[in-house]
Amino acid sequence: MAKGDPGVSGRGRRAAPRSRKGTTGDPQLVQLLTPEGERIESATGPDGTEYRVDFTDEEYRGLYRDLVLVRKLDAEATALQRQGELGLWASLLGQEAAQVGSGRALRTQDMAFPTYREHGVLYCRGIDPIMPLGLFRGVDQGGWDPNEFKFNMYTIVIGAQTLHATGYAMGVHMDGKTGTEDGEAVIAYFGDGATSQGDVNEAFVWASVFNAPLVFFCQNNQYAISEPLERQTRVPLYQRAGGFGFPGVRVDGNDVLASYAVTRHALDNARLGQGPSLIEAYTYRMGAHTTSDDPTRYRIASEVEAWQAKDPIARMKAFLTNQQIADADFFAAVDEQARTESVHLRERVLAMPNPEPVTMFDHVYPNGSPELDEQRARFTNYMESFEGSAH
Amino acid sequence: MATETLTLGKALNTGLRKALENDPKVVIMGEDVGKLGGVFRITDGLQKDFGDQRVIDTPLAESGIIGTAVGLAIRGFRPVCEIQFDGFVYPAYDQIVSQVAKMHYRSQGKVRIPMVIRIPFGGGIGAVEHHSESPEAYFAHTAGLKVVSCANPQDAYTMIQQAIASDDPIVFLEPKRRYWEKGPVELDAPLSGAYPLHSSRVVRTGADATVLAYGPMVRTCLDAATAAAEDGRELEVIDLRSLSPLDLTAAYESVRRTGRCVVVHEAPGNLGLGSEIAARITEECFYSLESPVLRVTGFDTPYPASRVEEEYLPDLDRVLDAVDRTFGW
Repeated sequence: MAKGDPGVSGRGRRAAPRSRKGTTGDPQLVQLLTPEGERIESATGPDGTEYRVDFTDEEYRGLYRDLVLVRKLDAEATALQRQGELGLWASLLGQEAAQVGSGRALRTQDMAFPTYREHGVLYCRGIDPIMPLGLFRGVDQGGWDPNEFKFNMYTIVIGAQTLHATGYAMGVHMDGKTGTEDGEAVIAYFGDGATSQGDVNEAFVWASVFNAPLVFFCQNNQYAISEPLERQTRVPLYQRAGGFGFPGVRVDGNDVLASYAVTRHALDNARLGQGPSLIEAYTYRMGAHTTSDDPTRYRIASEVEAWQAKDPIARMKAFLTNQQIADADFFAAVDEQARTESVHLRERVLAMPNPEPVTMFDHVYPNGSPELDEQRARFTNYMESFEGSAH
Repeated sequence: MATETLTLGKALNTGLRKALENDPKVVIMGEDVGKLGGVFRITDGLQKDFGDQRVIDTPLAESGIIGTAVGLAIRGFRPVCEIQFDGFVYPAYDQIVSQVAKMHYRSQGKVRIPMVIRIPFGGGIGAVEHHSESPEAYFAHTAGLKVVSCANPQDAYTMIQQAIASDDPIVFLEPKRRYWEKGPVELDAPLSGAYPLHSSRVVRTGADATVLAYGPMVRTCLDAATAAAEDGRELEVIDLRSLSPLDLTAAYESVRRTGRCVVVHEAPGNLGLGSEIAARITEECFYSLESPVLRVTGFDTPYPASRVEEEYLPDLDRVLDAVDRTFGW
């Protein structure tokens, strides 16, 4: 696990001979690792903030391992859907760096509110990757305890969770858990399509006027199912923050180091009581929206190829190789670990039992309901009437 | 034991105050609930005494009120949200139906949303459009929500505290035209021994016909019963109080005696609470019924201009007309 703090120097990091102060060709984009794997020492955000990371070699390797594992488990889930073992899967392919970078930037006490695609963040929070597969297989509706893992349930209604995150962050503030370095912060994940939702805009207003310790983390993967970014906005998304009265920054979402740096900075500002901010992680959904989608109907192959060249894992591997932070044995070992974990995941998915039908009546209300008790009893009697029959 | 005469509105205010006193996690949030004390003054003086972190004036966004309250609830707070008027709840509908109602179910009991959504509802105050609606069926139809309505000051005082103390998400419907009606309220009675929140109550006994109502129509039906008595006909009036879950135990028992039943509400008749109640009473009391269960409701129109709302709303005469019809079958 990467725990490097921005601005902390030393700890065995090898000087990168080609490091330079960043110009990426896109002045809007915070980047610390180019698509070619070239390390940029620091990058400046639109408000003048200097972003940098300082990881140990072990931490760099840890981030690479996270990226590879997350991608492999995601691919396994897609395969399971194709084989009829999941009803649906929303792949994160291409967005691994945005998720691992931001996920690893969270401190233990920070709370995350995901959409339905944050499998990488979920992994970073220490939740068993089997958990979301129960939801997509249809045996439950999400089984982890949000308060135990500091990671809320997946939210499928677009943007709804940004308000939950805002309210939670207001609660953090009301509990007096901001204003110190060990304070709490909250992160809300959403996509480019969600920025058109009323709930997201209301969340911006609320977080702003209540100075909530909250980071809005928008993964702009360029498409809301088939609709391109141009259908959601005329301005770069990160610039929306200005109108709401808090800072916004665009980061290279395929760069795990920059994603980590901007998220850690924004979270720490939030926990110190400096209020909300918006991060636009500029990335690309390499796969379909979900397994029910066919992206060839709305985007051209050359566009996908151009983004393929910006792959988050390839650039990290190039960096680790060039800087001799990792060798072939390490890469082979990571691949083997990913293979083992995905096989294990598959076995456990296939072994997932269907829930007993009568459990559909469970947990509708904390205090129960006599009406439901009656329906459950009638249903049970009905089901029992089939016992011993051929049907 | 301190018994005071309070209006229904003041009883709610006093109940909210008690809830704020008893549990530091209770927060009130809504539009104009702070300095102004709410447009109906139900939260009058509460921000002054409990501070703006406990009684929160929110931006004007209903989805935001409910959505942020979900987050506060996950954090361990007990939010009491005020929706200013019935007709303004719809921007929050998605958060209520898809988030508030389902969170406990989806999480297999791991996440509780102990939220109260207070909504002044119903007509009869001469208001402009969107200020007189009866949206209860939308919420009663939604699994995961409970829906209650108070009809007198004592219930207002007790039920609001019970709703706040409950871990279930509860839509709390306040009969706004009855806010100014007075009644005795026992202020010191312990909540633990109070009449159960989700139970109906017989508010007038009678042997000839059963009349079921809730919220603003309970007073109307009691007035109708008084008038009927003058004609020698005794109506049993039951205040349903809980709309989800429905408690029809007393209603079944009553209808088995009277053989006649009329359900009264302001909301439109089509697929309203009355339809469900009529179906259930027919199932349970089929052999006792002397006539079909009849409904007296608002019409299946949008809520009309206020100069004709008296004709839209069920009143004493329409209730008695329906009772007469049960005898003419």
